[in-house]
Amino acid sequence: MEDLTEVYNELIMEHSMNSYNKKELKDANYSEMGHNPNCGDEIKLEMKLDSNVIKDMAFVGHGCAISQASTSIMIDTLKGKTLDEAKEIIKTFIGMIKREITDEKELEKLEDAIAFKNVSNMPARVKCALLAWHTIEKMLEKKDENNGK
Amino acid sequence: MQKGPGPFCTQFDKKQFIYNVKEGEEMNIDDIRKDFPILENRKIAYLDNSATTQKPLPVLKKIDEFYKTYNANVHRGAYSLSIEASERYENARSKIAKFINARFPEEIIFSKNATESLNLIAYSYGLENLKKDDEIVISIMEHHSNLVPWQKVARVTGSKLNYMYINDKFEIADEEIENKITDRTKIVGITHISNALGTINNIEKIIKYAHKKGAIVIVDAAQSIPHMKIDVQKLDTDFLVFSGHKMLAPLGIGVLYGKREILNKMSPFIMGGDMIEYVHEQETTFAPLPNKFEAGTQNIEGVIGLDAAIDYIEKIGYDKIQEIEKDLISYARSKLSKLDFLELYLTPNEDNHSSVISFNIKGIHPHDVASILDQEGVCIRSRKSLRTTSYEIFKNRFNL
Repeated sequence: MEDLTEVYNELIMEHSMNSYNKKELKDANYSEMGHNPNCGDEIKLEMKLDSNVIKDMAFVGHGCAISQASTSIMIDTLKGKTLDEAKEIIKTFIGMIKREITDEKELEKLEDAIAFKNVSNMPARVKCALLAWHTIEKMLEKKDENNGK
Repeated sequence: MQKGPGPFCTQFDKKQFIYNVKEGEEMNIDDIRKDFPILENRKIAYLDNSATTQKPLPVLKKIDEFYKTYNANVHRGAYSLSIEASERYENARSKIAKFINARFPEEIIFSKNATESLNLIAYSYGLENLKKDDEIVISIMEHHSNLVPWQKVARVTGSKLNYMYINDKFEIADEEIENKITDRTKIVGITHISNALGTINNIEKIIKYAHKKGAIVIVDAAQSIPHMKIDVQKLDTDFLVFSGHKMLAPLGIGVLYGKREILNKMSPFIMGGDMIEYVHEQETTFAPLPNKFEAGTQNIEGVIGLDAAIDYIEKIGYDKIQEIEKDLISYARSKLSKLDFLELYLTPNEDNHSSVISFNIKGIHPHDVASILDQEGVCIRSRKSLRTTSYEIFKNRFNL
């Protein structure tokens, strides 16, 4: 029961019900679709990148409270970060959910996204929490490939 | 040498097969529940029987007995162990034939599950018999296993895949059947009971009408066979498929029933050992039914378990099963319909409804509901937009 009440906390419920990050981004220069075929959760993530800094990000889509809140909180966390900082945070979040990273100090850089820590104890919900993070990972990988990196 | 079902069978101590459900005695729900160790071990209300059922002790013990006393490959060795295994395997086939009232045991083909049975029909019948502009008709409530293979058949053969849609009562109306099945229809695939809605389809009408139009019919009985008596001769269906694991048997065993004259004309689906007659360097002739469709070492454990599951179902009896389920479903329908935060997807006609209840909690995603109920020890299925709760005989009102 503890895991559950921890996960469905105020922050997460707020972001899942009425996220200010849920909108189309008119001047986006990157876009990526994310999909969990098993549960049908689907998001479109958009990003405006300006000389290696994430200026703005937003999403549209539908899904459970965890996937929607995780997407919204990820956007809050990554906005204003450089690409290298963002990649480090993405790696840390995925590591936290997969229980590969447990060091409190290391997890601090996740800011609000640390709210999802207990999802690592709920195997059935891991893919919900990771949807947005895998989507941005894919977006950045594609960007690097196109840049010939 | 001891006497038993086969010439070399060991006689087992009968006592070890007497469980809570006793021969010739009226059973109550508590006795039945005691036969399912997992319910006691996990203290759960298991409501996801439409995905897979839990397994009763007699099934588990029969599988245990197989590995401990007569495990061998079938149709191979000339030694007593293999002969006994083969005999039990073929006895199970005969029992299943009788269970669904097939005319011949060889009309029963063992597969991995209903999905594999449907793929066998799509590949060995659909791909070989359909032509451009022929039509395949299925219902919109089909499981993906009775939908995706037909998309492939339609694509490869140039035939057309058409759907029978449901009305606002979550049922397929008679007019819809007559509108969609036409003179061009060659195959009709229909689920007996919908795994998403619990609607019992009027397969009698669909089969009659399809035959009138010259089409063959495939009935997906995966959701119905745990709940009601199936008689393939009375239905006059051309094919019927089901999975063992949804009817108290182990995972990985399924059945394809087909009319002998149709199966005889079909070519094999999977090639390999045990399905051949003569093998030459460049060509092969195939074994007769049923071996033609059972290449490679089969799931003998699954067949033995399915045999035991049928015994268990017959011991309780479909009348009793229906009595318990009707009571549960009525109770659940009346209780759930009073909750105004629920959206129920139910046919209003209780007689057309079986054992699956789909609902949506307004404003909350199914996955979140399933997680919360899980914490309370209730196991339900969550889907994109529906949650389904399926009742099997071992539930009782206390759990609801």
